[in-house]
Amino acid sequence: MTTTTDDTQHDSHADDHHEHHIPYGIKRWLYTTNHKDIGTLYLWFAFIMFLTGGAMAMVIRAELFQPGLQIVEPHFFNQMTTVHGLIMVFGAVMPAFTGLANWLIPMMIGAPDMALPRMNNWSFWILPFAFLILLSSLFLEGGGPAFGWTFYAPLSTTYSADSTALFVFAVHIMGASSIMGAINVIVTIFNMRAPGMTWMKMPLFVWTWLITAFLLIAVMPVLAGAVTMVLTDKFFGTSFFDAAGGGDPVMFQHIFWFFGHPEVYIMILPAFGIISQIIPTFARKPLFGYASMVYATASIALLSFIVWAHHMFTTGMPVAAELFFMFATMLISVPTGVKVFNWVATMWRGSMTFEVPMLFAIAFIVLFTIGGLSGLMLAIVPVDFQYHDTYFVVAHFHYVLVTGAIFSIMAAVYYWLPKWTGKMFHIGLAKWHFWCSLVSVNVLFFPMHFVGLAGMPRRIPDYALQFADFNKWISIGGFAFGLSQLIFLVLLVKACKKQGDPVSAQVWEGAEGLEWEIPSPAPYHTFETPPVVK
Amino acid sequence: MLSALMTAPVFAESKDQIEQYQLNMTKGATDISAGVYDMHMLMFVICVLIGAGVFIAMFISMYFHRKSRGAKPANFHENVKVEIAWTVIPFVILIFMAVPAMNLLIDMEDASEPDVSILVTGSQWKWHYKYMDNDVEYFSKLATQADQISGKLPKGKNYLLEVDRPLVIPTGQKVRFLITSDDVIHSWWVPDFGFKQDANPGFINDAWTKVNDPGVYRGQCAELCGKDHGFMPIVVIAKEPAEYAEWISEQEAVQQQAKAEEQRLLAMNMTMEEAMDQGENVYNANCAACHMPNGEGLPGVFPALKGSQIAVADQPKHIDILINGVTGSAMQSYAKQLTMSEIAAVVTYERNAWGNDTGDLVQAKDINSAMNGQ
Repeated sequence: MTTTTDDTQHDSHADDHHEHHIPYGIKRWLYTTNHKDIGTLYLWFAFIMFLTGGAMAMVIRAELFQPGLQIVEPHFFNQMTTVHGLIMVFGAVMPAFTGLANWLIPMMIGAPDMALPRMNNWSFWILPFAFLILLSSLFLEGGGPAFGWTFYAPLSTTYSADSTALFVFAVHIMGASSIMGAINVIVTIFNMRAPGMTWMKMPLFVWTWLITAFLLIAVMPVLAGAVTMVLTDKFFGTSFFDAAGGGDPVMFQHIFWFFGHPEVYIMILPAFGIISQIIPTFARKPLFGYASMVYATASIALLSFIVWAHHMFTTGMPVAAELFFMFATMLISVPTGVKVFNWVATMWRGSMTFEVPMLFAIAFIVLFTIGGLSGLMLAIVPVDFQYHDTYFVVAHFHYVLVTGAIFSIMAAVYYWLPKWTGKMFHIGLAKWHFWCSLVSVNVLFFPMHFVGLAGMPRRIPDYALQFADFNKWISIGGFAFGLSQLIFLVLLVKACKKQGDPVSAQVWEGAEGLEWEIPSPAPYHTFETPPVVK
Repeated sequence: MLSALMTAPVFAESKDQIEQYQLNMTKGATDISAGVYDMHMLMFVICVLIGAGVFIAMFISMYFHRKSRGAKPANFHENVKVEIAWTVIPFVILIFMAVPAMNLLIDMEDASEPDVSILVTGSQWKWHYKYMDNDVEYFSKLATQADQISGKLPKGKNYLLEVDRPLVIPTGQKVRFLITSDDVIHSWWVPDFGFKQDANPGFINDAWTKVNDPGVYRGQCAELCGKDHGFMPIVVIAKEPAEYAEWISEQEAVQQQAKAEEQRLLAMNMTMEEAMDQGENVYNANCAACHMPNGEGLPGVFPALKGSQIAVADQPKHIDILINGVTGSAMQSYAKQLTMSEIAAVVTYERNAWGNDTGDLVQAKDINSAMNGQ
């Protein structure tokens, strides 16, 4: 994948011309339609939400540091677990991936910008309002949402506080934002690829995001439907989820998880793409099995629509349904396994170096695999009856979401940050960030497997004494992981102030792809004349 | 916070008897739970082997194929045979997991031909057990004192895992649980029995167990069910069938006697002092979780009783709420949970405590007539 160099030359002239017209001040960010600016906005927003949701996790871990109720009341504890989940899923992980898509997809496929730049601005700028609404509900009488991020009816309908209306509105806005972002990604990839950038030449990050965008369009409306039914059940006397009126509370779970399971893959497929970009660079060897990676991603996406009820094995489904969802779920481990094997084969007989993005990528593969394997255990219905709704599940999904999705986002930020700023980030701080995060995240989440197996349920503010010692360690790990992220904050502030050594266009020795052929920092406008991909 | 720090040494002392650092799932008390444990271990071993294989390959590569060791990159990037192999082999491994899992599941889901059937009903935040073959039913609630939770008293050995009235079942017999809920979704889980089953309002799920040895088995509600989800334990005592038979007939007698006693009390009048004393106890055990010990509730979620129009003025409405609950809210019916004299006492208490000085004294016969629609 190379471009003709005279195109690049031409570009940098055009860019010089445009540099003078970069708007400045608050208006630059409010009115921007530039994919790079919007990408930056998304990424900073996601990071602020990550710290906010993280602060709530600190409250949770402080309360669980020892048995008894010390710091918060159970009702507030439930609000913390709920809003922590909502913020991390909809405020941190998803916007971070959208930010990366904004920055990278046009540069990777040789497009000058996203296809729908004004909608791009709009899809970002409604997000802060969604989260302001959600967070403000915590200060209302009766508190914010306290029914878990999964908002199972009737706890979220008949038995919830009136702030549920705000929760519903906030989720609607988040959903609209995601759908607009997804449409933008699809339209951009379909229409704006540079000449010669055929489907099977697209970088895997672009492929995985394309498939993710289709998942988003398919399931975000389902979520919108679910919250709307909650709204009308609570405020307008409908009985979708109330047996007394002919409804069914379990139907809520079917609808929610029909959204929720593809949502899981929405949060991990772009991560697969990122890792597939980073491993070949630092192994100095092409990605093993590019085509099978694409097919594996597509199969995971398709299978994700027929496994939703594995979240509901204890709801009293018929045996036949339990067996179907068990087999379908187990099947997902095949394409996921193919991906992991391909990454290892890419590393095999490479010439590896271990720069910070590679460290995060390797940690991703190991820890995501652990989370994947515990997922396979959870798929087995008879044992899931024991695992379900315990800390074993909490351990599982934090391994795939924190050391999976979030580690991949950090890997991506370290990998492309020098391209964005033109300066190498502070490597010392980055290594501290990596090693502190790696150790503390395992002290935090690994013992959760044990307390879960020993019988500790999720979402409880207080626990029996036999879980005390492990919980103390989990909390210590949690505080350490939280503090480690402040190192990242310092590093990012330094990077945004453009401190550090200048980097070349390629930045990393083994990096390949269109984004590494434009100058560092990436000019405000790139590929105004499309490059030709051979 | 301060009180928690002060009791920390006491807490450390009482904790010594509790086994810490349990790493694995329990084998449990039934053949099914032992089967679940074996299935869990089979999965665990297979997953560890797969994980170990992947990680060893990775770390060999990371050690030997480093640039700093002078490794030159190879250029291979696909191999159809290898890719087919690592698609097919995992598939075969999955079949080896799926078959025993399927057999175990089919055994677990067969709740037919039970010896004993018990209707288990969850409600915020207690369990109700009704023996379908005998005239016995009762509520089972957390027995841990509030002062232990707040740290004012040292925590006991079974902290948060103790109830006022445990469920009693016979050993060696197939006990079927019919599980449902009166309000939100709960989940009935005793780890030693190897299953958990959701309690869905308006629907009945079934599950069963056959406990081999007598003993006390403890569990908890496993589905987030609101504020006191963490304070809704389950305790089951398994007794030899003969002992169980004795227990159940004794309970039948006791419950019949209690009903007779309730009729007798209808004719009696409590003094204000008696009513306030009994009312305060009933209030703290049943009402304080939501309406708070000071009667101020939790604004926006649970209404205050202190100074409320219903508690200071509308007495018929007050009694009606206790008997029938409030549809579309967390307020449940207490007609089944409390005796008529208890309801009378608690209404009296609520109308006179915290400055609600109405002077109203409600008697059991008033409740009886309200219940009979007079």
